[in-house]
Amino acid sequence: AVLKKRLVKLVVNFLFYFRTDEAEPIGALLLEHCRITKEEENVFSISFIEEPERKYCFECDSEEQCQEWIEALKRASYEFMRRSLIFYRNEIQKMTGKDPLEQYGISEEARFQLGTHKQ
Amino acid sequence: MKLNERSLAFYATCDSPADNAGFLYKRGERHTAYHRRWFVLKGNMLFYFEERESREPVGVIVLEGCTVELCDSAEEFTFAIRFGGTKSRTYVLAAESQAAMESWVKSLSRASFNYMRLVVRELEKQLEEMRWGPAGGCGGCQGSPSSWKPKPSGLEQSPERLPALPAVVPKENGCAVWNNVPGADRPPNASGCGGHDREGNPRPPPPPPRRQASNSEAGSTGAAVAESPSTFCQLHERYGQEVARLRQDWLERRRSPWP
Repeated sequence: AVLKKRLVKLVVNFLFYFRTDEAEPIGALLLEHCRITKEEENVFSISFIEEPERKYCFECDSEEQCQEWIEALKRASYEFMRRSLIFYRNEIQKMTGKDPLEQYGISEEARFQLGTHKQ
Repeated sequence: MKLNERSLAFYATCDSPADNAGFLYKRGERHTAYHRRWFVLKGNMLFYFEERESREPVGVIVLEGCTVELCDSAEEFTFAIRFGGTKSRTYVLAAESQAAMESWVKSLSRASFNYMRLVVRELEKQLEEMRWGPAGGCGGCQGSPSSWKPKPSGLEQSPERLPALPAVVPKENGCAVWNNVPGADRPPNASGCGGHDREGNPRPPPPPPRRQASNSEAGSTGAAVAESPSTFCQLHERYGQEVARLRQDWLERRRSPWP
């Protein structure tokens, strides 16, 4: 496989990639239900749950940069945030006896419930 | 622009919770007829399917940076999803009832990633203030020592009270596989990733690292996302070292009383 130099930009739960001299992205990867794996030195890969053998590999300039990207990408999904929110909500509720989401008027929303169910 | 469409389709149809779902009429691009489609809102994305039973969506609208507004239209119960930028399309949708319209407008206005992130940060801040105290604490991650009271008995307790720390265990984005930290509670009946949860026992994720307020989106030439340098792991390390040092001092003072 040939390595191509790309400008890579993480915006919310999408990873955009550009040719280095172009303003419009060539493509984007949706970062939900994916796995970020450290490969060899300076390299990490992204793979998706429905196609785990297919890896999108990225080579960084340094090991430090590689670790930064891995940490950022692991936390990039909407689903990760949802679960963090539910966890914090639960912890605060245990400590104070009050639901912290009430002040925002969103405590009844299905997506914030612990026992999430399909619609 | 290329997209990992299979992953998008998977996300649309997998059994992670949808924030809203139902039939809506979607106006065609050239202001022509409305087409009835099955819409599914997941996270910050609005998918639409030809039929409710369709296995793949026919389209998706990414809900970042949009405004949702009611429409002044001949059609009843219409609302629009509008984006800034000259080339952006406005999506006009019509619900089948007043209640449905209100429900959709409400959930679409709160669907953005940034909205979610704001709420998460706010709760994270509240939780930290409860654990470390409002003054200093983890605010800005500088941790002024004056706000922290060293107590020998507290040494054993404090590591336990922190939430599950990001360990070196490999983590799967969106389908977390966490270490079982003693004292860390699990939310009851928390659903994992639905069908593909490998754990059987879903556990709470570690809190995301603090991000600087100016970095609400990332991106710079080739560089990684500029996040706050302190993850909970690093914070724990830092406080742990301080604690160990103070404890050492205290023990030494006990052994050799002041002259």
